[in-house]
Amino acid sequence: MSYAPDTPTETAPQGGDLVRRHRLSTRLWHWANALALFIMLMSGMMIFNAHPRLYWGEYGANPDTPWLTIGSMEGIAFPGWATIPSTYSLADARIWHLAFAWVLILGVPLYLLWSLVNGHLRRDLLLTGDELRPSHIWHDIKQHARLRFPTGAAALKYNVLQKSAYLGVLLVLLPLVILTGLAMSPGFDAAVPVSAWFGGRASARSIHFLCAFGFAAFIVIHLVMVVLAGPFNEVRSMMTGWYRLPKGKP
Amino acid sequence: MNEAPRILTRRRLLGAGALGAGGLILSGCDKLNANPTFRSLLLEADSWHQGAQRAIGGKQALAREYAVADMSPEFRVNGNADPGDPAYARHAAEAFASWTLSIDGLVKRPLALPMSALQAMPQREQITRHDCVEGWSAIGQWQGPQLGQILSLAGLLPAARYAVFHCADRFGAAPYYESIDLVDAFHPQTILALRMNGQPLTVAHGAPLRLRVERQLGYKQAKYVMRIELRDSLAGLYGGKGGYWEDARDYQWYAGI
Repeated sequence: MSYAPDTPTETAPQGGDLVRRHRLSTRLWHWANALALFIMLMSGMMIFNAHPRLYWGEYGANPDTPWLTIGSMEGIAFPGWATIPSTYSLADARIWHLAFAWVLILGVPLYLLWSLVNGHLRRDLLLTGDELRPSHIWHDIKQHARLRFPTGAAALKYNVLQKSAYLGVLLVLLPLVILTGLAMSPGFDAAVPVSAWFGGRASARSIHFLCAFGFAAFIVIHLVMVVLAGPFNEVRSMMTGWYRLPKGKP
Repeated sequence: MNEAPRILTRRRLLGAGALGAGGLILSGCDKLNANPTFRSLLLEADSWHQGAQRAIGGKQALAREYAVADMSPEFRVNGNADPGDPAYARHAAEAFASWTLSIDGLVKRPLALPMSALQAMPQREQITRHDCVEGWSAIGQWQGPQLGQILSLAGLLPAARYAVFHCADRFGAAPYYESIDLVDAFHPQTILALRMNGQPLTVAHGAPLRLRVERQLGYKQAKYVMRIELRDSLAGLYGGKGGYWEDARDYQWYAGI
């Protein structure tokens, strides 16, 4: 039997059933986003290598006091296996970073708008009043920590931690990383004074880096959860849309 | 009979797959990076950036100007700090009294302007943020005549599309040069700075005159400008990409991003 969230069937699906889980727009966006984010993170680390210091305020350069320095000015903050390209080239990293930025700058508003129109945002991601009760959140955290994942039809719905993670990426990290990126562009900043919204260009650059750290943390947790929840089933559901509901442990 | 040892478990397969994918991504990216077709595709974004920024903000959008209190206590010196050749050293020794700026190429009246002529023109003073491609920024005060005024004195021929700045400094054998289009050349904040932070430009910051094109990155702010050449194309000049760093490293010609 099949189950689509938009067209509820009479009988609830059970553990072991193969069900439709992710719609095409979500799958396309997931993989475009995954590719773009990896490229942005890796080329971004190479760009960071050119000046591995972060400042708060309107300006910040070598004579000023950074709040964070990674490695030394002579050394390299991020190693070649983590960067695009793998040997030092600020110019090449920028070519990649600024070209793939278009995937995010066009994709994020489009996906957000589409998720608003098709109800994905409201139905699958927005937290309900009940879910926001501290006891509910605490219960979910305990279940996660014990690696007890929902089974049967309950596995079709995202829980509080999942919703928060996906909403955090979609509504906070992605818009923030795009805006702080634009704030660093002198041409765009002249067109729309974005850097002022963040307390200056050096601050925007710092927030941009913190967002990147947030993405890296999200990706690690996301991948660990995929592996723990059954990588084959999870990856299949994001590629084909079909997901086998986990059976409850006897 | 004992079960044969399982060489390929699912766990191992997944692990090997992840490692292999990681390796492929890395070497794949380096291969793509070196692939001329892929590279030119990525470089295509350069014109998108310029088009999008001008469409959103208009061609005349002004870079933010700051107050004296916002200025960097110390403005970092970057790039060449001294052209270091004897001719330049002689000019520096006499405080650039006989330095002239030539304007030629696709102009009606080629000019050779002495420093006194540039100083006598109406001056624009602006406190702006200098954004280096490396990621640092510094805020400083710049003063000098608008480039548009100077170009109008020479009068542009209809075929002129780019202003090229030839500089006294060089990297190895390659002279520094930069170029901008006419939108930026006639932008009100585009000046030939003679003074910085209330003082005549120092050698380290590009004395006696330095281009300020405020909506672009630091490498466009050519120091030690000797000559402005108006051209219809950037092809055929040095590496053909419109600037020293553009030729040497493939930095974007449009450095508004």
